[in-house]
Amino acid sequence: MSDAQPKRLTDIGPPHYQKFLPPIIKENYGKWKYHEILKPGVMVHYSETGAKLFTVRAGSPRLLSTKKIRIYADLADKYCDGHLRFTSRHNVEFLLTKEENIEPLIADLEALGHPVGGTGNAISSLVHTQGWIHCHSAATDASGIVKAVMDELLPYFKTIDLPAKIRVALACCLNMCGAVHCSDIAILGIHRRPPRIDKENLPKMCEIPNLIASCPTAAIRPSQYQGKPSVEIDEDKCMFCANCYTVCPALPLNNPLNDGVSIWVGGKVSNARHEPMFSKLAIPFLPNNPPRWPEVTNAVKHIVELWLKNAKKHERIGEWIERIGWPKFFRLADIPFQKEHIDDFKHAGLSYKRSVHLTYM
Amino acid sequence: MPVEKKYETPLLDQLETGEWPSFVKEIKAAAENNAMANDLLGLLEQSYREKIGHWKHGGIVGVMGYGGGVIGRYTDLPDKYPAISHFHTMRVNQPAGWFYTSEALRTLCDIWDAHGSGLTNMHGSTGDIIFLGTRTEELENVFSKLTAAGFDLGGSGSDVRTPSCCCGKARCEWACYDTMGLTYYITNRYQDELHRPAFPYKMKFKMSGCPNDCVASVARADISIIGTWRDEIQVNQEEVRNYAKSGLDITKEIAMLCPGKCIEWDGNEIQIDNSNCRHCMHCINLMPKALAPGKDRGAAILVGSKAPIVEGALLSSVLVPFIKLEEPYDDLEIWEVIENMWDIWCEEGKNRERIGEFIQRVGLGNFLDAIGLEPQPEMVAFPRDNPYVFYEEYFEEEEDQ
Ligand code: HEM
Ligand code: HEM
Ligand code: HEM
Ligand code: HEM
Ligand code: SF4
Ligand code: SF4
Ligand code: SF4
Ligand code: SF4
Repeated sequence: MSDAQPKRLTDIGPPHYQKFLPPIIKENYGKWKYHEILKPGVMVHYSETGAKLFTVRAGSPRLLSTKKIRIYADLADKYCDGHLRFTSRHNVEFLLTKEENIEPLIADLEALGHPVGGTGNAISSLVHTQGWIHCHSAATDASGIVKAVMDELLPYFKTIDLPAKIRVALACCLNMCGAVHCSDIAILGIHRRPPRIDKENLPKMCEIPNLIASCPTAAIRPSQYQGKPSVEIDEDKCMFCANCYTVCPALPLNNPLNDGVSIWVGGKVSNARHEPMFSKLAIPFLPNNPPRWPEVTNAVKHIVELWLKNAKKHERIGEWIERIGWPKFFRLADIPFQKEHIDDFKHAGLSYKRSVHLTYM
Repeated sequence: MPVEKKYETPLLDQLETGEWPSFVKEIKAAAENNAMANDLLGLLEQSYREKIGHWKHGGIVGVMGYGGGVIGRYTDLPDKYPAISHFHTMRVNQPAGWFYTSEALRTLCDIWDAHGSGLTNMHGSTGDIIFLGTRTEELENVFSKLTAAGFDLGGSGSDVRTPSCCCGKARCEWACYDTMGLTYYITNRYQDELHRPAFPYKMKFKMSGCPNDCVASVARADISIIGTWRDEIQVNQEEVRNYAKSGLDITKEIAMLCPGKCIEWDGNEIQIDNSNCRHCMHCINLMPKALAPGKDRGAAILVGSKAPIVEGALLSSVLVPFIKLEEPYDDLEIWEVIENMWDIWCEEGKNRERIGEFIQRVGLGNFLDAIGLEPQPEMVAFPRDNPYVFYEEYFEEEEDQ
């Protein structure tokens, strides 16, 4: 490639967003009055100036080829004078001023295989991570499970009639690049075998004091290997968090026999009604079963359907479970409650039941 | 240049069926004329077969003068998949609110087609445009073309990570401050901290315009700036009646679910005891045409949320219960508070200790002392229930000589 090198610029920051806003947004910035959801995936925002902005939201796999991005750009040219945006959950949104363009745009998107929906009381796209496509830490893949789960949950993407919103997220290890820990349903890759020590390479690759300090449970102790400083691991203390692996490549935890997926439920981020909550452990372990992870997709679908059947209007999964209590959730979901469900890290005691507010039916 | 198909991918092929858009189709589309994307396909199929990833633990690569923005990546099977022996990620700082013109998107695609895998994430969970996979020697080429087009790299490592925000005033009637304006300002104010890691660990800013918190700032940002208001909710009684007529059960669906228990509905008018409103947004969410946040708008600033690594997950907690966030942003007092926080965290924080963990370790009270803020009841869910109080001073009896 023989491109002439342009002058080297640094620290210019991102482009100013105003360069990319459609004229209707520039004119009505801060003047929006209210909005309506016309149907799944289609919103209209009304301005105090009388202007109307239509939004069409479509699902995306997040991992996009430049080819697909160019198709998005073509659609934006065709229907939206070249304007579009993406959402915090990786959906793509087309911003229209001409109402008559909505249906042709939807038809084009559906033909392209990008379903329109995800607004209001629906499931939106899954926030997720890199997995086997790009990460050394992964206990499972990200994109594959997301695809398999969304194939099953698609009807709930194309609706606005669920009791409340449902937000599902996936992270392929406890690093949680997807920050999934406050989701209605979180799918989380977990390791279950302590790191193996690559004793030959450890002294070359890692700083031992740092490595020892990295372990939250103090499971890593100094030792010797062939006369050189090394470490050993007290396997009983290891909780498979991979902090050690993050600071030292010579301690891999990945292991096909033991890696898998856990399911967490009942978290939320918005302040609406109940305050934000962490997701809690529902299913400690499900196997990695690519390419479609049937155990995982079935478990997610099962929990969603249980919620649909039992929740009152406007109850997120966590609010529903809080009303009925966790014992009843486990009974209804028919999930065996086991030792792994009981916290044993810091503050574990705060999660013990400290009253007799119990249900028996 | 067309790439000859080299890999059978029976497992991945099964993910081309079904109605949700398929990432496998995206990789295959890129693989038609990109050798990196093609080798990625082969490698991923092998991972699906073996149930294990094939990436090595990173590598320190970057562009000249920057300590962040590039994540080094190498496969552990370079002989088998030579095109992805290097497969580094570049994080490109997104425009605030993720708005684009088709022209800007095509410019980004042109750069990435010429110098990378042709694969992206739109976007990463922090918010960057993720350019997924290129070789070390291409990094400077990508960087110079990006900056020529007006784009810059985002954060990675122990630096200010790329700030992100909801679309705010651009399209949301509930935005209590200009999230996109403030995000642009913060990103530029802290360019040095963003590009040159100098903190104990990462430092994330996320800006949401109202308590619905569409960018999950309370769960994912060390500094969570969440819009709110402190006067009365604006009410249009006529529109409230219209919602009631159209079938909304205002008592059951709104008043009974209001966490402040401060709404009454007599079938004709809604009364809100605003002094007990918790600013949760539920009533406004359900009747956007009838209710709106008040006029005295600003934000609450919370600190400290993070995912589990290292010491467990945290939600952010209140540091500043209310602040007006109006231009000129330079004059806001909050920058001094934030920079004081960074000073004490840099001095006293342990390696890989996020600021939330640091606050837990030293105690919020001590932390407030150190940064010069007064304790306020809004900062706690409840006052302590443990009587082991660390008093710092006591009186001594006069020594009788
Ligand atoms: C072959 C050597 C290494 C490579 C390739 C490597 C690569 C990486 C990569 C790609 C990340 C993710 C960065 C991000 O998300 O921004 C990371 C994170 C990290 N690495 Fe390494 N690393 C190496 C060695 C080390 C060593 C020796 C240490 C410490 C002594 C270390 C400490 C860390 C820490 C603390 C993080 C977390 C940073 C963060 O996520 O903000 N790494 N490493
Ligand atoms: C080398 C392996 C890693 C890869 C490939 C990776 C990849 C990513 C990517 C692409 C993002 C989105 C970035 C953006 O939008 O700017 C991200 C976010 C994140 N990463 Fe990583 N990461 C790695 C290591 C780590 C480590 C070691 C940690 C924790 C110690 C970590 C924690 C996170 C968290 C919590 C987020 C989400 C932050 C948010 O919601 O804003 N990652 N990661
Ligand atoms: C519902 C109540 C509480 C919740 C949800 C809670 C949650 C947490 C969480 C998530 C952490 C971080 C965990 C970690 O770093 O491993 C933490 C740390 C801490 N909490 Fe709490 N906490 C609660 C009540 C309390 C109370 C009542 C006290 C003291 C009276 C307390 C004292 C601490 C201390 C000292 C730390 C730091 C621990 C350390 O650095 O090792 N917490 N808390
Ligand atoms: C410095 C620490 C404390 C001292 C010296 C102390 C002392 C006492 C004494 C002398 C009694 C009366 C015993 C009796 O009637 O035989 C008592 C009762 C009690 N204390 Fe404490 N206490 C302390 C801390 C606490 C704390 C931290 C709690 C709870 C969080 C607590 C909860 C109770 C309870 C529940 C009773 C029984 C009250 C009743 O019979 O209704 N104490 N304590
Ligand atoms: S969640 Fe873990 S495995 Fe997944 S991309 Fe992040 S660090 Fe890698
Ligand atoms: S995985 Fe976590 S608990 Fe286990 S040894 Fe490593 S750092 Fe310690
Ligand atoms: S956080 Fe609030 S202001 Fe921002 S987009 Fe969401 S609802 Fe609107
Ligand atoms: S915002 Fe929430 S707390 Fe305030 S009146 Fe409405 S429902 Fe009640």
